[in-house]
Amino acid sequence: MEGSKCSVTLSVNGTSYTREVEARLLLVHFLRDELGLTGTHVGCDTSQCGACTVLLDRKAVKSCTVLAVQADGCEVTTIEGLGRIDKLHPLQEGFWEKHGLQCGFCTPGVIMTAAGLLDENPHPTEEEIREGLEGVICRCTGYQNIVRAIQYAADRTHQAEPEPVVEVAASAPTGAQDSLRQEGEDA
Amino acid sequence: MIPQAFAYRRASSVAEAIAILQEDSGAKLLAGGHSLLPLMKMRLANPATLVDISGVKELRGIQRVGDEMVIGALTTHAEVAKHPLIRTHLPALAEAAARIGDLQVRNRGTIGGNLAHADPSSDLPAVAIAYDARLTVMGPAGRDVLAAEDFFLGPMVTALPDGQVISSVAVPIPASNTRSAYVKCPHPASGYAVVGVAAAVAVSADGTVEHARISVTGAADCAYRARQVEEALVGKTASLETVHEAAQYAAEDGWIGSDVYASEEYRRHLCCVYTKRVLQKVLL
Repeated sequence: MEGSKCSVTLSVNGTSYTREVEARLLLVHFLRDELGLTGTHVGCDTSQCGACTVLLDRKAVKSCTVLAVQADGCEVTTIEGLGRIDKLHPLQEGFWEKHGLQCGFCTPGVIMTAAGLLDENPHPTEEEIREGLEGVICRCTGYQNIVRAIQYAADRTHQAEPEPVVEVAASAPTGAQDSLRQEGEDA
Repeated sequence: MIPQAFAYRRASSVAEAIAILQEDSGAKLLAGGHSLLPLMKMRLANPATLVDISGVKELRGIQRVGDEMVIGALTTHAEVAKHPLIRTHLPALAEAAARIGDLQVRNRGTIGGNLAHADPSSDLPAVAIAYDARLTVMGPAGRDVLAAEDFFLGPMVTALPDGQVISSVAVPIPASNTRSAYVKCPHPASGYAVVGVAAAVAVSADGTVEHARISVTGAADCAYRARQVEEALVGKTASLETVHEAAQYAAEDGWIGSDVYASEEYRRHLCCVYTKRVLQKVLL
């Protein structure tokens, strides 16, 4: 059977892309092969390990279990969109400072999962962090330093937003950091 | 793994989805895709057409309608788990939804997709049966209502007629003297229920069990209502003795099976242990 081709338009890290893709193309392959964003990794490819986690409309999802066509019209944030090399996101800084990685293969997915967790729950308890990490597998660290890295990021994000009411709108950075600060619900 | 090629169609209303299902017998509905896509990647399911209903607004949302909570079929597990009215009135549903898969899976998986998929180890069927939930299904002839209790027929087999769509799940809000809970023995790798037990039990002011609905998932070919446990509870005093007496019947109403992880004997044992635990939570 011929695979049907569909047009998809999605925003990735703030840039809009339109592509003709086969309906069966997975979002992770769209990101890696169509856009060259290889920071999102393919680990187990069976919705277990979480290495492919990205934010889809600010929610952490496993991009090996989402079709690119399902992301049509959505905003995707990958690890490449989270911080800049000269201004790391608090989570990236936390993983650096707290040695939250060894081989690094799972790290992009773990960081994006943590970004989704902190977006919904900016001050998680250690137990909530560990529960939030249920959908990622790290075979190096034993998770302890990952938990510390996320706690570091939660503390930093907290310090960075003293009075959230008016100032955030005026001084919020664009892109993913912005999305991390917003409250509220997508329909 | 890449799924086999398929035609992709997007429905903007339930009526359009039903029309596509009627004209194309090889079509399957796609909501969050977290049950269907893994099967397609493993080539265990190869639908010719996927009908994406994720944009159908009428299938979204949670609201209280009279004495029921009505949950749109496209509502995600994460939305169910954190909804204040669900947490207040249907705590077992909130508990079960919060323990499905993991954070990422709960952000995509939907209540309607989960129930329609009818995995025998899924958590929600037990909760739906214990709360006496009703599924509203829509087809070419209109709307129909199916009781959760009659919905699950076997592994991945339901009473949903071909070409029809689950539009919402209505769960009656239990009386104020009802307590409910869900407990499970999760498979250590997948998190699916090796055995999961949901209970909704009402106790009168003098401590007598007035009403009980107990359902078990994971242990059998599909979730079942543990009627013999219910019968052993109703009319008795809520006590540890009653719990122990009733829990021994937990495996009697299901078709308990063995697999590579757990033998039939072990699953029967777990049914009793987890029924005891859930009854202790709601009765003692």
